[in-house]
Amino acid sequence: MKTSRPLGNIVSRRAVLLGGGAVAATTALSACTSNTKPEAVDATTSASTAPAKAGKPVRIAFSGPVADHGFVAAVNSFAKQQASTYPDVTFTVLEAAADAPAQIAAVQTAIADKPDALIIFPQDGDQLTAVGKQAVAAGIPVVNLDRAFNDQSAYRLFLAGDNYKVGFNAGTYIGQKLKGKSDAVIGEITGIQTLQLTQERSKGFADALAANGLAVTRQVNADFTVQSGQTAMANLLAAASRLDAVFNHDDDQNIGSEAAAAQAGRTEFFIVGTACSNIMLKHIKEGDARIEADITFTPAISGTAVTMARLLAQGQLPADFAGLPVPSYMLIDSELVTKDNVDQYMKFGWD
Amino acid sequence: MTSRTETAPSSSGGDPDPGVTASGPGSSSRLLSAGALESVRRNLGLVVVLLVLYGIGAFSRPDIFLHLDRFWSNELTVLTLASSIGVVAIGMTFVIVSGGIDLSVGALLALASVWSTTVATQSYGTTVMITTALLVGTAAGVVNGLLIAYGRLAPFIATLAMMVAARGLAQKISGKSTQVVQGGGIPDIATTKIVGVPLLVLLFLAVAGAGWFLLNRMTFGRRAAAIGGNLEAARLAGISIRRTQVLLYALSGLCCGIAAVMVTAQSNAGSSDHGNLYELQAIAAVIIGGTVLSGGRGTIVGTVLGVLVLTSITNLFIVNNLPIEYQLIAQGVIIVAAVLIQQVPSDALRRRPRRPGTVPVLSQENS
Repeated sequence: MKTSRPLGNIVSRRAVLLGGGAVAATTALSACTSNTKPEAVDATTSASTAPAKAGKPVRIAFSGPVADHGFVAAVNSFAKQQASTYPDVTFTVLEAAADAPAQIAAVQTAIADKPDALIIFPQDGDQLTAVGKQAVAAGIPVVNLDRAFNDQSAYRLFLAGDNYKVGFNAGTYIGQKLKGKSDAVIGEITGIQTLQLTQERSKGFADALAANGLAVTRQVNADFTVQSGQTAMANLLAAASRLDAVFNHDDDQNIGSEAAAAQAGRTEFFIVGTACSNIMLKHIKEGDARIEADITFTPAISGTAVTMARLLAQGQLPADFAGLPVPSYMLIDSELVTKDNVDQYMKFGWD
Repeated sequence: MTSRTETAPSSSGGDPDPGVTASGPGSSSRLLSAGALESVRRNLGLVVVLLVLYGIGAFSRPDIFLHLDRFWSNELTVLTLASSIGVVAIGMTFVIVSGGIDLSVGALLALASVWSTTVATQSYGTTVMITTALLVGTAAGVVNGLLIAYGRLAPFIATLAMMVAARGLAQKISGKSTQVVQGGGIPDIATTKIVGVPLLVLLFLAVAGAGWFLLNRMTFGRRAAAIGGNLEAARLAGISIRRTQVLLYALSGLCCGIAAVMVTAQSNAGSSDHGNLYELQAIAAVIIGGTVLSGGRGTIVGTVLGVLVLTSITNLFIVNNLPIEYQLIAQGVIIVAAVLIQQVPSDALRRRPRRPGTVPVLSQENS
């Protein structure tokens, strides 16, 4: 850099002051980044299923994507939690993969290690299909979690939450409450509409409403973020001077939607949420917000995945399953949570 | 120090075109008023676009658009939703007028919102939370400015890097979970109304007013326009380019900090997802507002109108219950239409070269 410019000294001194100030401010601020919460995190372990018969010792490997959302982080921790309840399971969590190629590499390494079962929560189902096949070919039972491989020969068991039932249960709850009200105004705040899961939720919702002689009056688009939920609800409230019920596809979105409703001072309607986050379960329990019901779409299915992987690894049959083997395709039902039964679902909440 | 070169703007009226004064001490007041006229004309074009949108609304939803109470309440909703993106767009106007670009605004908003809503920050109370948001935004903006002014990075590259890094840092701090604000302080900002107008809207208007004054009536604004109009001429005129650039990006960062407080108040939470695609929306609003992407010329009033056009489109579609896909298509069409409508009436004026006096004949030939 040139230093001979007439104003150079002044400029750089000010710049240094400015820069120094910024650095100092950043240093001071960095004290503010702590996010340690006062309350304990793991209250869930005690809630696990009945103790299993100890079988032969097995090794189960788990591969998931980097947790870019609270839900994914919760999937990982529910898996670990469930595994810790089995004394006969050695549970290995492979390093979280930043992208599909990284996850493929991680799974291939795991295959070489010959675990007794492998749980794959793919970054991208299509891209991980080939490596799923490799594992099956190596004689390792594969449990495909949440995001489906595009070929059934790539897994022994596919396990996911039921998106259609999310919408269907929400629609049934709203439908039964508003049945016979021909002028009912029903809003729907969707997630990203190009995703299959969003389309399944919307279809289930519309089907259940139709069964009760109702229909979605206004559908507004959001993208699973808090801010988009706020914007969608604010516009929805402007569009409809009266609402009876709103189905919100995501509890994170609903944080923003609740805020928007509070800002508009609107209280004439109720909300049904999705996925049972801790904060929404708390609102339902205390009845201090518009959310009245929530539908489970729980990250705890990873716990079920561990249970099934263990049975497959040990060659056991599931108990109380009429002597038949572990299924090859399972959707975990999405259940309705209201004030009446919220207590028993608190353990599945996530942040 | 350098103020003697920039005393001209106070002589102009209306919403002057900074680009003309920018070219240096020699510009004449006759051309200034022509610039001011063009700005007014462009802004009138945007007002026409808004009126057309209202016309469509009045036709499709007369119960809202022709009913004074509901129309007013719907417009307040639009203005409130426009407030945070509007504040960001004001900062963006300055950056673009100076010939730069700031792609990091959405990420800085997210970072500021997350940093100001951690458990630790919240424990210090509302004032510290707001201060944190403003400081984080400004500090990150200063880093942008230093990289551009002293690191000689192109603004596009420096702020692209910041966009990615700040979003990552926001995810790291928040652990990717939504940080709900406990207690009243910040959320109260979104519910407070003064004489029936939401505080958020007043904040937006205050920032816009301050921005207008800073751009049109202060030497800093004139310097920004001068740099965008002709960097070399500005340097020869004795303007300290680097210091001005650092301040410009700091200003944009500060606007992100303000917007972060607004979004946090509205959504009752801080999140690394906040401000998603704000960079594109802000740039679109600024461009619709008549600011030239290559710098040197721009108006705050235009930016405010640009934000209102964008927000009104979304509102109009939701009010009419139209699916998202049509909304996206129409948004693209209306952005182009808004810019075209501004250009149509006097093409010759539009093509007027940015440095009057140097190549005055070109505009005639090209049009």
